[in-house]
Amino acid sequence: MLRTIAVLVDNSPGVLARISGLFARRGFNIYSLTVCQTENPLISLMIIVVEADAERIEQVTKQLHKQVVVHKVTDLTEMEVVNREMALVRVKVKPETRLEILQVADVFRGRVVDLGRGSLTVEMTGDESKINAFLRAMRPHGVQELVRTGRIAMTRADS
Amino acid sequence: MRDEEKKPPCFPRSGARALLEQLTAAGVEVIFGYPGGAVLTIYDALLESPIRHVLPRHEQSAVHAADGYARVSGRLGVCLATSGPGAANMVTGIANAFMDSIPMLIITGQVSTWLLGTDSFQEVDITGITMPITKHNYLVKHAQDIPRVVREAIHIATTGRPGPVLIDLPRDVLDGEVKPEAGAPAELKSYKYFSKGNLGQIKEAAKALARSQKPVIYAGGGIIISGAGDALRELTEKTGIPVVTTLNGIGSIAARHPNNLGMVGMHGTTTANLAVHECDLLLAVGVRFDDRVTSGLTEQFAPKAQVLHIDIDPAEIGKVLRPRIPIVGDARLVLTDLLPLTGPCAIEPWRERLRDWQKQYPLCYEPDGRLNPQLIMEALGEACGGEACVVTDVGQHQMWAAQFYPVTRPRRFITSAGLGTMGFGLPAAIGAQIACPDDLICLVTGDGSFQMNVQELATLRQYSLPVKIILMNNGVLGMVRQMQQTFYRERYNEIQLTANPDFVALAAAYGIRGLRVEKPADTRPALREAVRTREPVLLDFVISPDEVVLPMIHPGKVITEMLEGGEGDA
Repeated sequence: MLRTIAVLVDNSPGVLARISGLFARRGFNIYSLTVCQTENPLISLMIIVVEADAERIEQVTKQLHKQVVVHKVTDLTEMEVVNREMALVRVKVKPETRLEILQVADVFRGRVVDLGRGSLTVEMTGDESKINAFLRAMRPHGVQELVRTGRIAMTRADS
Repeated sequence: MRDEEKKPPCFPRSGARALLEQLTAAGVEVIFGYPGGAVLTIYDALLESPIRHVLPRHEQSAVHAADGYARVSGRLGVCLATSGPGAANMVTGIANAFMDSIPMLIITGQVSTWLLGTDSFQEVDITGITMPITKHNYLVKHAQDIPRVVREAIHIATTGRPGPVLIDLPRDVLDGEVKPEAGAPAELKSYKYFSKGNLGQIKEAAKALARSQKPVIYAGGGIIISGAGDALRELTEKTGIPVVTTLNGIGSIAARHPNNLGMVGMHGTTTANLAVHECDLLLAVGVRFDDRVTSGLTEQFAPKAQVLHIDIDPAEIGKVLRPRIPIVGDARLVLTDLLPLTGPCAIEPWRERLRDWQKQYPLCYEPDGRLNPQLIMEALGEACGGEACVVTDVGQHQMWAAQFYPVTRPRRFITSAGLGTMGFGLPAAIGAQIACPDDLICLVTGDGSFQMNVQELATLRQYSLPVKIILMNNGVLGMVRQMQQTFYRERYNEIQLTANPDFVALAAAYGIRGLRVEKPADTRPALREAVRTREPVLLDFVISPDEVVLPMIHPGKVITEMLEGGEGDA
């Protein structure tokens, strides 16, 4: 199953290599990984999504804890969290499909952020299933380019 | 040279000087190192430092020597090499130290910061290379950071589960100026380690021990690292619970202690392996359930037992085998807390059964009139009264030493256990002798392993280190041969060392006395004589390539499918 782990790390060079190397070494395939600075500029937050069972994830969590650059590891999988991902989708459009595509994007609360001669680009935010559903709707028209951020997640305030 | 000329130039305090000052302040007395372009400033600063420098003949040896030094003394081992090839040559040694949790500081030179990442001369990304084989590593970009980084590195290397920590120092950083600083202790918010175990869990463990009918203690290198040897002895003597040890756990309890059943695992004693197979409680202390012990079959390892696992590293708990009662903590502190909660166990029928197995399956060999390696190990034990520190290389001789040399106490059996590094022995013996100049250090090696770092004979001579080299010379890569014999139906390939040198003449070329021993009758006199001298000696024992290490469990097979030894039925 897919598991989401939040890792607070030192914001310094080489830390990403150290963490991703650890996952690679122990045979985990990283589905997505986002890194950015936190409110404290000395600390970065990594949200890592991996495929693993509970026992193996426990091992990797313990190995993460051993890294000197790691401050905190939280397995968000079983917790009440807000999950978000963003995608930019460039879809092929023809005069006769333009309206339909705009309507579908609107249904999914997408925003058009760019227009080309034969395409338009939609910004889509939501959990993965919503983005996947939108992509399914767009594929018959032709998805020319796709960029996804990977999952970010945060525990709910009063959970 | 006149005195004025020897004085240090009146430059500001360099990074190199700050480095050596920090090492001195931390009590470092010896550095094993090899100079080169990127570390010249360190070598210049060493001229004014109280730290002794030892020069092996290869950077890999510098690491192994620091490793041997650390294992024998329990202190931090420090080694040094230049950038690029110097650093890269250290990699095997670092991996070796990492596997066996050795407290070590590795200092490497690096090209200047403005050249980093440009494929400049003698540049290698050593922090990138060693990330998976160090406890932590640093690339220092500002001279002013050196004092803090050195303090942090030593703190990390020596606390919790020890391990090697590498500091990569670019040339301009070593040359750069370091202003006086407050010298605050290492502050590492994100680094934590365990010491005392959870008392509730320890009480649970004591209850389980009291209930058990057939308990066994499975003792590993963690006992030796934490200094828990006395606590272990008290525990086994108070409760009567027998002990099996891992390869790195040899010495945690005296070989001849009546409660010691011997080594467990692939080449362990039959009794130790049967005990683990039949026990109803396994108290695992400072071990990591290595596949050389479990045969890689964790479900069938100690299948009838509830497992209690004490380890300082939480990641070891449940990594291979999920224990019923986990206790995270320092082995000595946990055993010390456990001791008062235990009493004599009513396990006489179990002990009786173990004694029967010991009688039925003694660790033995058939003296066949030839120079049997087991006989050499027994004779070595007699010659030095079990007082020597035995350092081994890797291969058959290592297992014979583990089985037949009677180690009396912790830190007296030094071996590359986790990584199994051929070539470890000679440099490690050098490090051990530097750490303990008055002790008897015996290197047990084979003709394969010995030749992997044979150049260190020069180091032995240069520093007049009285290491006794017990060379088991069978002209083949014996352990590989034994595996080809057993698992590949005697289809031998690439195991003949046909162009071996005359080792006695080789030793003589380095100014070291050598003696060839071919007959069993000559063994004891040769060893007695070697042990008596204060000089390095090489004894070239010519043994048969047909000698095998028994008992033996095939990898992937359970303990009960063991190949027996003793009757010459190999």
